[in-house]
Amino acid sequence: MAMAATEIERLILERFPDAKIEIEDLAGDGDHYAASVVAEEFRGKSRVQQHQMVYDALQGNMGDVLHALALKTSAPQQ
Amino acid sequence: MSDQDVKDWISKQIASNNIVLFMKGTKSAPQCGFSMQVAQILNHLGVEYEDINVLDDMGVRDGIKAFSNWPTIPQLYVKGEFVGGCDIVREMFQAGELQDMLNEKGVASNAETQTA
Repeated sequence: MAMAATEIERLILERFPDAKIEIEDLAGDGDHYAASVVAEEFRGKSRVQQHQMVYDALQGNMGDVLHALALKTSAPQQ
Repeated sequence: MSDQDVKDWISKQIASNNIVLFMKGTKSAPQCGFSMQVAQILNHLGVEYEDINVLDDMGVRDGIKAFSNWPTIPQLYVKGEFVGGCDIVREMFQAGELQDMLNEKGVASNAETQTA
């Protein structure tokens, strides 16, 4: 099972419209990605909370059709 | 086990061990690259930790995801608190924050418990 990078980006942008997102297909198999998400919504949140917000945006796909998404999240630098 | 039993069992593991790693495989024989990374970090730091192989029990494997509201394995708990999965633990380790946190919580490798 796999998920297209554009679909991952679409789901994240739906939740965080102003986010800056970079997605890298690590293995070229559509199943192992690294994503960096920079969003104002993350400000003041712990890393765990930030990742939970992204997982929530992915609507249950993480850990299911999407096996591996290495995540790096942060709020924009002020 | 019922969902409630699983929840109680997980709570008990987290409460009775300073450091608990829910992982695929064991610390000496990890069965997933992400679980292996976290186990290697903890092994490298030389801390004592309880490894729970979620592949042994489907109830625990699903239960821990609901318990932490976290969709993936591994999951690290320190002193009853959810620290994160592979990405967060690695990021914290590389920044030296994981070591600081273990020191603060008194569960680093050179704590008195080891000389006892």
